[in-house]
Amino acid sequence: MCLAIPGKIVSLVPDQPHLGVVEVTGVRRRVDLGLLLEDMPTIGDWVLIHVGFAMSRISEQDAAEQMQLLTMLGEGEAAMKEVRGYGLEEPGDFRSTEKHRLGTGNTPTIQ
Amino acid sequence: MRYVDEFRDPGLITRAVEEIHRIAEPGRHYRIMEVCGGHTHAIYRFGLKDILPEDIELIHGPGCPVCVLPMGRIDDGLALAQKNDAIFAAFGDMMRVPGTHGSPFEHKARGTDVRIVYSPADALQIARKNPERQVIFFAIGFETTAPSTALTLMRAKREGIRNFSVFCNHVTIVPAIRAILDSPDMRLDAFIGPGHVSTVIGCRPYEWIARAEGKPVVTSGFEPLDLLQSIVMLLRQLRAGEAKVENQYKRVVPWEGNRAALKAMAEVFELRPHFEWRGLGFISQSALRIRKEYADWDSEQRFDVPETRVADPKAAQCGEVLKGVLKPAQCKLFGKECTPEHPIGALMVSSEGSCAAYYNYEYRKTASLVTEISSVA
Repeated sequence: MCLAIPGKIVSLVPDQPHLGVVEVTGVRRRVDLGLLLEDMPTIGDWVLIHVGFAMSRISEQDAAEQMQLLTMLGEGEAAMKEVRGYGLEEPGDFRSTEKHRLGTGNTPTIQ
Repeated sequence: MRYVDEFRDPGLITRAVEEIHRIAEPGRHYRIMEVCGGHTHAIYRFGLKDILPEDIELIHGPGCPVCVLPMGRIDDGLALAQKNDAIFAAFGDMMRVPGTHGSPFEHKARGTDVRIVYSPADALQIARKNPERQVIFFAIGFETTAPSTALTLMRAKREGIRNFSVFCNHVTIVPAIRAILDSPDMRLDAFIGPGHVSTVIGCRPYEWIARAEGKPVVTSGFEPLDLLQSIVMLLRQLRAGEAKVENQYKRVVPWEGNRAALKAMAEVFELRPHFEWRGLGFISQSALRIRKEYADWDSEQRFDVPETRVADPKAAQCGEVLKGVLKPAQCKLFGKECTPEHPIGALMVSSEGSCAAYYNYEYRKTASLVTEISSVA
């Protein structure tokens, strides 16, 4: 069963340290935190829930980084298209650029 | 952040799709397998096939724990409950899976005490509340679910709950992937790696796929943007001639997996020497059984198991669809003798079955389109 959903821990059960209460789209349910004993979540943390057990803590930072990568998709390409579109280059411009680059006076000899 | 909506942003989806179109090499046909049944469902549900280039072929893998269970195991579980007047507890997904003498729901209609649970903990609770009855929890699932069953067994032992036992059908994902790669009729370029299994086993178990088989693997989330980003990452690797394991689902999947979960599994379970999988035959070291320290909570020790072995109905091509050799619609029974209302095999009823996914999201769309056209004409 792959189905696992994100839920936010809203409270812990006082006398049962392995249980927490999560809220998923407004509904509150107890989930078992027994698989996260080595990295116990606290109130406000988001966890991934599967068959009533929290499987993993959801990293807000990793999620934000991922969103950032997705936002940047195609930006490099978009920037290139933008620049290529500038009609400022004339055929002769290339040679004049060459002259500037070799401005020290050392003209290359073509054999 | 709510971790759902953000990953369905239409603007970002468009960007990701454009990137895919941009980096897919012209004239190259890509064969990418998504192992997880949950990924298959997401792909159909979000209509991803419609927006991907035609040359990217997504092939459905065997990652559906209900689908790969041979019918004989369902027959055995139900027989145990019936013969011992026990409560048969299982996930909802199991309820309409056909056994030789009917599905669990059909058995319920004939008097077997069949109950849906959403967690193994629920099944244990039923045992606590019904001390005079035996409760058999029909455990299914890959490594995602096995740790929860393990914890539940540990609790049952600790509390000394004697009327609870588990009929264990947990399977492991890596041997199934190996069997696919070893199959002569399967040619693949890359894998969309399991999402939630990886929260338990981490990403290391897939490294041999990249190193030894030379196929890129990207473990992926289940939202549309997750899958699209995973495809971008796979295409980039393929284009660069690379093969490595990458983790797209970083926000949830730790590279090293979940140590507590792995410890619980190791405490309670051991590998069976071999296990029969629908469609893939007998695979060694591919399934879990309960260790002798927990024998008192093992249904297979407590009760006499018939050990039924049943061949699939001849015309059904479940095995080939599970391996990805056939697409669901290519099975001769699809949409005719086999529908969600009267399924021949588990792939048509499981929430992770590729036939169910295709039928519910794609097939009806095509069918309604045909109806529209013919009604206008």
